[in-house]
Amino acid sequence: MTTDGWPLWEVFVRSRRGLSHTHAGSLHAPDAEMALRNARDLYTRRMEGVSIWVVPSTAITASSPDEKDPFFEPSADKPYRHPTFYEIPDGVKHL
Amino acid sequence: MTARTTTGDAGATTVPAATLALGDDALVLAQRLGEWAGGAPVLEEEVALANIALDLLGQARVLLSLVGDEDELAYLREERAFRNCQLVEQPNGDFAHTIARQLYFSTYQHLLYRRLAAGDSPLAGLAAKAVKEVAYHQDHAEHWTLRLGDGTEESHRRMQAACDALWRYTGELFQPLDGLDLDTEAMERAWLDSVTAVLGRATLTVPPGPRTGAWSAGAGRQGLHTESFGRMLAEMQHLHRSHPGASW
Repeated sequence: MTTDGWPLWEVFVRSRRGLSHTHAGSLHAPDAEMALRNARDLYTRRMEGVSIWVVPSTAITASSPDEKDPFFEPSADKPYRHPTFYEIPDGVKHL
Repeated sequence: MTARTTTGDAGATTVPAATLALGDDALVLAQRLGEWAGGAPVLEEEVALANIALDLLGQARVLLSLVGDEDELAYLREERAFRNCQLVEQPNGDFAHTIARQLYFSTYQHLLYRRLAAGDSPLAGLAAKAVKEVAYHQDHAEHWTLRLGDGTEESHRRMQAACDALWRYTGELFQPLDGLDLDTEAMERAWLDSVTAVLGRATLTVPPGPRTGAWSAGAGRQGLHTESFGRMLAEMQHLHRSHPGASW
């Protein structure tokens, strides 16, 4: 038996309340419920998470490496878009 | 854990037989599940089985430490001194056998630990922690039972064969445990209801054979074990017996 016939799933884990789900990795599973359980075993066994999402890898549309320049380069020379001119008050985390 | 507290020591003196039996259950099933390492059907499932094995090993360490030295108990006892039920020592077989064994045992262990956690026995503390682990083991086994039973023709056939083959080891689970005040008859009814419901949803048939007759001469709880148990023990114990006290 192999996982050849099993679809690939992307796993997103929320490590703490207040934080966003972050991509943790991928795994094979026959369906969403098993993917969730496999994700629990593979990615949260050392208390890394409070919530898990699994998404079929095929449902993700990714930007193409070939289009990297038109996609991202125009933003490189526009420093006024970066909110770096503010003082961040003490005690504000995750900004 | 609070194994060394006064309560824990009292546990060792008031319910040693039951503590040993439950500790051996966890130890032996952990060893069996560990045998899948490197050979499970898929990588994801190998990690899942290893997680369950490690949960059980953790329970075994606490329980055996209440009785005596955990290493001596695990590695230096002869076969007849083990008090685990015969169900947990059954060989892994194919994946369906491993899942059937886990379904039967985790359903029992969940019922048992829920009751122990709610009671005031010296094992209540351990049970309260372990009951969450065991709930996941049961959930894992149920989901696989549903998929294999209601899967392909071959998976259905194998899952039914596994459920049938292990059925006769399930009666022993409900022998009273010395020193623990448990309504084992109520537990057995709840176990049957739960397993029957899962098998039904999985389009499997509840095995028709007896659950009790096979162990009428005594069984694992009395130190009588099945053929494959000796080989499993030899593998588990040989390193410690060859190199006493070795560590790394």
